[in-house]
Amino acid sequence: MKAKVHVFLKPGVLDVQGKAVEQALHGLGWSGVEGVRVGKTIEFDLASADRAAAEAEVKAMCDKLLANTVIESYLVELA
Amino acid sequence: MTTSLPGSGRFNFGTTRFERDMKAAVIVFPGSNCDRDCKVAVERSTGAQVEMVWHGDTALPQGLDLIVLPGGFSYGDYLRCGAMAALSPVMAEVKAAAERGVATVGICNGFQVLCEAGLLPGALLQNERLKYVCKPVTLEITNAQTRFTSGYGGRREAVMTVGNGEGNYFADEATLDRLEGEGQVVFRYRDNPNGSARDIAGIVNGKGNVLGMMPHPDRAFEAELGSADGAVLFQSALASA
Repeated sequence: MKAKVHVFLKPGVLDVQGKAVEQALHGLGWSGVEGVRVGKTIEFDLASADRAAAEAEVKAMCDKLLANTVIESYLVELA
Repeated sequence: MTTSLPGSGRFNFGTTRFERDMKAAVIVFPGSNCDRDCKVAVERSTGAQVEMVWHGDTALPQGLDLIVLPGGFSYGDYLRCGAMAALSPVMAEVKAAAERGVATVGICNGFQVLCEAGLLPGALLQNERLKYVCKPVTLEITNAQTRFTSGYGGRREAVMTVGNGEGNYFADEATLDRLEGEGQVVFRYRDNPNGSARDIAGIVNGKGNVLGMMPHPDRAFEAELGSADGAVLFQSALASA
């Protein structure tokens, strides 16, 4: 099973990278761009056939290491 | 400043006199770069014996009075600053020692590690202005009653150097209120260099034995470095051990 974890700073937590990218896009003429957030994607193969078990496992990985839930939220995709 | 009293093997630093030989450890992670600075700073300002402990070790030296988590870029700041270091084998021992009440100081990257390890609340974000800031800063000593600041006496300010790209302290409002209410905010920036919430530069845990701070006392331990104010912090920590 393939897992993709998307990690972003929570809404309300200042994303300075996102802000800088937004300003750069404005500078290039895309003035309609708003609310840019820069996150990261972590992907890996998971030796698991059971979807529900895999989901629980990846969630545990996020809480323990992949995201810092004080400042970040995450989204898990399994395929 | 570091003078051994004749024949005693003990040390006397102005008002700080230790009744026994003190022992400290500096934890070394791959990518730490202030580890030797911390060792020299603690040795010269307190006379304590300082051991370097590798992050992969599964035991700490016996009888420690102080543990220092140094600055740097542990594990290359991979994933998040301090995230990988917080899971190092030695951190289980550091946590256990901190729970037993051993004075523990995390400086800069060490502060990030303490937050990631759950020993201190909150997290350190990228600096508000996206810049790495490296300069001396004036700190307000917000709480002079902690075991790390008791030596400052009636002084309200200390000068130390910051050097960080991710030193922007963040915690939710309720946590910030609690930290302020419980006197856990130890240092504040006079002129906030990185956007830290409520100008916070350093905090202690509820028990008061774990301190995390972005400014470097290890870069301000003798007048030749521009400030000797950092020495007082190490002396206070050991005087209270």
